[in-house]
Amino acid sequence: MRYPIAFLFTCLSISLFAQKTEQIKLKDLQHIITTPSDHIQVFNFWATWCAPCVKEIPLFEKLNQENKAVDITLVSMDFDLDPNPDKVNRFVARKNLQSKVVILAESDPNSWIDKIDKNWSGALPATLVINTKTGKRKLVQKELHEGDLEKLIEEVTN
Amino acid sequence: MKRVLLMVMCVVMFVAANPVKNGYEVGDVATDFKLKNVDGKMVSLADFKDAKGYVLIFDCNTCPYSKAYNQRIIDLNEKYSTKGFPVITINANEGSGDSYSEMVRIANKKKYKFPYLYDESQETAKAYGATNTPHVFVLTKDLKVSYIGAIDDSPSNAAGVTKRYVEDAVDALLKGASVPVTKTKAIGCGIKWKRA
Repeated sequence: MRYPIAFLFTCLSISLFAQKTEQIKLKDLQHIITTPSDHIQVFNFWATWCAPCVKEIPLFEKLNQENKAVDITLVSMDFDLDPNPDKVNRFVARKNLQSKVVILAESDPNSWIDKIDKNWSGALPATLVINTKTGKRKLVQKELHEGDLEKLIEEVTN
Repeated sequence: MKRVLLMVMCVVMFVAANPVKNGYEVGDVATDFKLKNVDGKMVSLADFKDAKGYVLIFDCNTCPYSKAYNQRIIDLNEKYSTKGFPVITINANEGSGDSYSEMVRIANKKKYKFPYLYDESQETAKAYGATNTPHVFVLTKDLKVSYIGAIDDSPSNAAGVTKRYVEDAVDALLKGASVPVTKTKAIGCGIKWKRA
């Protein structure tokens, strides 16, 4: 009886934890931010513990489905409080997230928050929308609501 | 009617062209406030007659960063209130978990010896330019902003701290020296603003 349970647990583990979220460094993020692309780049800085972040994630998932001319990167900032990626992996699996999710695995945020955007306080949630071709960018440091993302994209496009 | 409309438009344009300054920078002189404490009494900075300065912290009940720093905030008050730099905490968050009654419950449970003030209108948080919780403003007696930012550089683990930003700032002010690091940034919970 012990073996079937072990087998079941293994199957469950594989299905739940198969998706490993990519861990990136600041330079990787800066690379995406600065590389010219035909697509508008949308970065959402979030964490599993941040209730307003979790609430607004469906807006990014919807945009990811509807607008293929936009690249969305959901950047998990969980590392600062908990370097173990399990919680993020479980969250991504549970919510079945289709957008690109990465974990920014860097410590000492004070040394690099300005390098992402000097106007950013470090507060979550935060969303950065960039037209990498023109350098136009918009940073929003609060929870987004229906229609906000589309407006931001329009603002950097024109 | 046309003239009124024109005037309204002028005012709107004036307001739109002059965005409100985004809180205080280091070196600015802050304004005092009057906010309700968890004991029901109104509290202002001016009430602290013997203070040499203030460790003002925008905090809340719910944020995991606030929870991680809770004991360190209590310890800061233990260490510095007797030296003339009392800790004063303010909660500006909207939401049921951050209600006044929850503030009272937590302050009692944790036996806060410092004020935990309710910024219901969020005007004080906006005036200071607070963005995160916990977000510290170290002020001198004459309300000059001397430090803005995080308590230290290791939110997840008090034992892993290498830079004690707030302690270093207050120690410097007590010695009459200049504050070594005047501004830091940290990942944290954004203050939960009312929806405009």
